[in-house]
Amino acid sequence: MTDPLALAPILPEQERRRLRFSDDVPQDERHRNFEAHIVAGGKVEPDDWMPDEYRQEVLRFVEMHANSELMGVLPERDWLLRAPTLKRKLALTAKVQDEVGHAQLLYRVAEDLGKPREAMFDDLLAGKTKFHNVFHYPTRSWADVGIIAWLVDAAAIVAQQALRDSSYGPYARTMRKICWEESVHIMHGRDVVVTLVTGTPAQRAMVQEALDRWWGPLMQMHGPRTPREKDRDLHWRIKAKSSEELRQEFLTIYVPRIRELGLHIPDSELRFDQVAGQWRYTEPDWDELRTVVTNHGPMSQERLAFRRLNREETRWVRETILGSPRVAA
Amino acid sequence: MADHTARTQPAETQTAQPAVNLEPYEVFRQEKDGDPMRHGGSVLAPDPTLAVHYARELYGRRQESVRLWVVRRGDIHLLEDPDLLQPPLDRSFKKPGGYVMRQKLEAARERAGQAKPKARER
Repeated sequence: MTDPLALAPILPEQERRRLRFSDDVPQDERHRNFEAHIVAGGKVEPDDWMPDEYRQEVLRFVEMHANSELMGVLPERDWLLRAPTLKRKLALTAKVQDEVGHAQLLYRVAEDLGKPREAMFDDLLAGKTKFHNVFHYPTRSWADVGIIAWLVDAAAIVAQQALRDSSYGPYARTMRKICWEESVHIMHGRDVVVTLVTGTPAQRAMVQEALDRWWGPLMQMHGPRTPREKDRDLHWRIKAKSSEELRQEFLTIYVPRIRELGLHIPDSELRFDQVAGQWRYTEPDWDELRTVVTNHGPMSQERLAFRRLNREETRWVRETILGSPRVAA
Repeated sequence: MADHTARTQPAETQTAQPAVNLEPYEVFRQEKDGDPMRHGGSVLAPDPTLAVHYARELYGRRQESVRLWVVRRGDIHLLEDPDLLQPPLDRSFKKPGGYVMRQKLEAARERAGQAKPKARER
């Protein structure tokens, strides 16, 4: 059999896709080629050449996402031993396991971009990197577990579905797997909420009280409006939709689903503006968002302290694994 | 022969690997018997045994796979040379759509005095 690799090149140098980014192409031209590739909807794989700015931006984005998955299980963890039935306990345990699994998948994507996992944990625990606002709040009642699994996960999935088209291939593929698992969490959360609203007056009051507390953080979750042209993540197509587009999408799907249960959304300004084709709402409290995500939220320090303790307690596992001899290739 | 055509360690050319003894393993999964093995993602492990355990946790926990392949990334041989995979030559003769004979068929029928057979009639 002829060795296919022994064939002489046919394409002129400049037309060879990979070569557009190779070392002998001038830096400026490589950047232009990369921009054109991304703008045309092209994908980037870990072994492709990419500008440092792109690598840093994908890393920052994925790392924050991974941190959020890891920290996001702590509010729910508090209810594992207090779940009302065995089935709820199993479902909640599986959800917590899934979210930690998502953190594992995402840290792996980030590691491939050049930052070791240990360094990412160091930065998270030192407050140098962030996690999502919604995970800085306490879970006061069982209804919180329902509201988080239903509405926090719903707001997250709206964003995550748009990430399945991310320009960074490994992230896009990981998001497809994560979205599939999140859709189960939403059903679990909705079932908890629907069960409570069809229960006693005390149970209904408990859900309403939880929604009243969570509505503010939910509206802040996607972040303030930013002009499309100034958003680096949109420019690089790391994400596909702006924060306001995501919030509008969330409201369109979930406002009717919340109202059909007889729950009241605590925003007197909330209405759909038919003329503008947009939801109007009270401006979310962006000061609260900034305060919370810089680890000054009601539970920020307690949750980070738990992670520090947990990291100490599992140190022997990492040392055992990292210390074992590498198997010869 | 251009030496960029085959690389044995695709993703290690530009990425720093974290701990000294950990290596990436690529995970392929089969959703049900008879399906193709599809790439799922990767795990980082010091040896194949632990790599398989991680793969099971992350890609089989939900009974979403009937089979996993766990492959050391360094053992994958990469070919992505467009010269060999996407040459700019007319290869239409290798595809069904490369054969357009409508007009010739009409001419042939006319010559033979035959009508066009009805669809699905044998």
